Amino acid sequence: MKNMIDQDTHSHLMHDVPGVGPIKVRAKGVNVFYSDKQALFGIDLDVPECQVTALIGPSGCGKSTFLRCLNRMNDVIENCRVEGVVEIAGENILDKKVDAVQLRARVGMVFQKPNPFPKSIYENVAYGPKIHGLVKNKDEMDEIVVKSLQRASLWDEVKDRLHSPGTGLSGGQQQRLCIARAIAVRPQVILMDEPCSALDPIATARIEELIDELKEKFTIIMVTHSMQQAARVSQTTAYFHLGELVEKGDTEKVFTQPDDERTQAYITGRIG
Amino acid sequence: MTKPFFDPAQLKKRHRAERRFRLYGQLAIGLALTFLLLIFASLIPRGYGAFQQTEIKLDIVFDAGVIGDGGPQADYQKLARTALRKIFPTVSGRKQKRKLYQLISDGAGYQLNNLVKADAGVIGTTRSLWVLASDDVDMYAKGNVGKDLEEGDRILQDIQIDWIETLQKSGQMEARFNSRFFTLGDSREPELAGIFGAMTGSFFTLLVCFGLSFPLGVLAAIYLQEFARKGWFSDFIEININNLAAVPSIVFGLLGLAIFLNFLGLPRSAPLVGGIVLALMTLPTIIIASRAALKSVPPSIREAALALGASPMQGVFHHVLPSAMPGIMTGSIIGMAQALGESAPLLMIGMVAFIVDIPADFIDPATALPVQIFIWADSPERAFVEKTAAGILVLLAFLVVMNLSAILLRRKFERRW
Repeated sequence: MKNMIDQDTHSHLMHDVPGVGPIKVRAKGVNVFYSDKQALFGIDLDVPECQVTALIGPSGCGKSTFLRCLNRMNDVIENCRVEGVVEIAGENILDKKVDAVQLRARVGMVFQKPNPFPKSIYENVAYGPKIHGLVKNKDEMDEIVVKSLQRASLWDEVKDRLHSPGTGLSGGQQQRLCIARAIAVRPQVILMDEPCSALDPIATARIEELIDELKEKFTIIMVTHSMQQAARVSQTTAYFHLGELVEKGDTEKVFTQPDDERTQAYITGRIG
Repeated sequence: MTKPFFDPAQLKKRHRAERRFRLYGQLAIGLALTFLLLIFASLIPRGYGAFQQTEIKLDIVFDAGVIGDGGPQADYQKLARTALRKIFPTVSGRKQKRKLYQLISDGAGYQLNNLVKADAGVIGTTRSLWVLASDDVDMYAKGNVGKDLEEGDRILQDIQIDWIETLQKSGQMEARFNSRFFTLGDSREPELAGIFGAMTGSFFTLLVCFGLSFPLGVLAAIYLQEFARKGWFSDFIEININNLAAVPSIVFGLLGLAIFLNFLGLPRSAPLVGGIVLALMTLPTIIIASRAALKSVPPSIREAALALGASPMQGVFHHVLPSAMPGIMTGSIIGMAQALGESAPLLMIGMVAFIVDIPADFIDPATALPVQIFIWADSPERAFVEKTAAGILVLLAFLVVMNLSAILLRRKFERRW
């Protein structure tokens, strides 16, 4: 519980890689199977702390599947099997002993389509802290809700209607509400699965700005279909192709001098 | 490009087909509404009469010489007879007198007895009271039976009809609101038969039915829809539930007779058993409706809850179930309405008995609304025809109220995403 709240304290288990900063999430040889069909082939990826890591690649390449391994959302899918090791702050979260419910409090997630609960804006944000028992009284809860909404830069737009339904907001506002809901639990890592694909360019720009601010406190891993977006907001980029991790590295390098010709083909628009 | 790439004749044909299809739909709805109107048009005039009952105004002398100190065994009917004789002093002879006495119902005696029971002070006084006329008089006064048959084939003789007309002219006989219909149990005398016993029986039965089938059905639906592993076993269960929904209700009645009455020895004719049997019948309906309601909740809500660290159970009870509740309640109310209108299984477990007393609890012998209608429809007296129609009207009124509440609940709690 303490670990969950002090997300800024570095775990002593964390490895420092020169030039990249401490590694928060480390995947080693991750294989994923849907029934007999293999969807991911031996993924190795290090995600640096307090940075934005973009996962790009053509549709069906397995980037969302990989993302869902990081908070064990694949557990819910029947016939889905995950092999390998994923360490978050040094702990292998794929270990059966790790409680998935507890893990998801440390690894938040924002989905492709904004999915606020059909409840009030306040209740949406307060739900996570409530079920995890993070607050003792109403005042603390109010504080968390206000802070989370402020951090998600939604506060000014909703402060007068905290008790109106979250589903009544615009698409971009709903997505920011979902981000506020995720950060209210104070996770260490936030996973974003194409968070802007259902939004218009203006709402997208706001979310991107927000992601840029959030990376000060949180490690963000984002799946995106837009290469411009990956180039704009991420520091590290990983390119997936047909279930394999083809290339990873500094975003600038991946986009300007890719090592692999498949990456080259994708970012120049020849495949995808 | 001068020639359009599609044929204008074909376009016209398509529009015509569309208009034709709309017309078929409107015809279907019109036909359905016509049938509905026909039902009400035949029921209301027929059943309306039962809400009124013909009564005779008599000056009753509560003669202590006849009823003594007002015990239950005293001949109260004689008070009414004496009062009637005073109106027609010329009537003489046993035969004539008996014909005259046939004008008043046996219920008149009970009525006077109740009056004395409520206030012993009336003994020795004279009161002007409306007492019940017999069902045959009632039928004649309402115009349901006429004088067209030969006198020998009629229940009412010419002289009786003369008396009735005399009373009507003097204003001593009129149709008054029949509160007995809503407060009494069944009776062999149509003018004394009420629907309250059946209403109470139906109420207890439905209470048991709802108390069993709603929690069981909703929990089963939640487990099957949200938690159960999909596989051949869950498919097998699903197929069987769907089949159970189509099993004729009389089969459930037989099951109740065999298991609850013969094997477990539960009391016959009891709302408890009726409720259990109807619950078995309603369960598949509630399970199917609840599963459909749960299925219609977008999976993104479940994912949102899980991703926040809610356990699957929290996700279901905090988010999925509240969103599905309007659908579940609608399904359950419709299931209940079905149970309310069901008579066949109740016949099998003995709820078809002739029961005069109003049931006071779940194991008292009782009957239910549809069965009461069946009993009345089966009775030979002419006056039961309007009771039957009125019973149907009461049953329909309850069904309309239930379905209306289902619609209102749905309107009120439905959420949109």
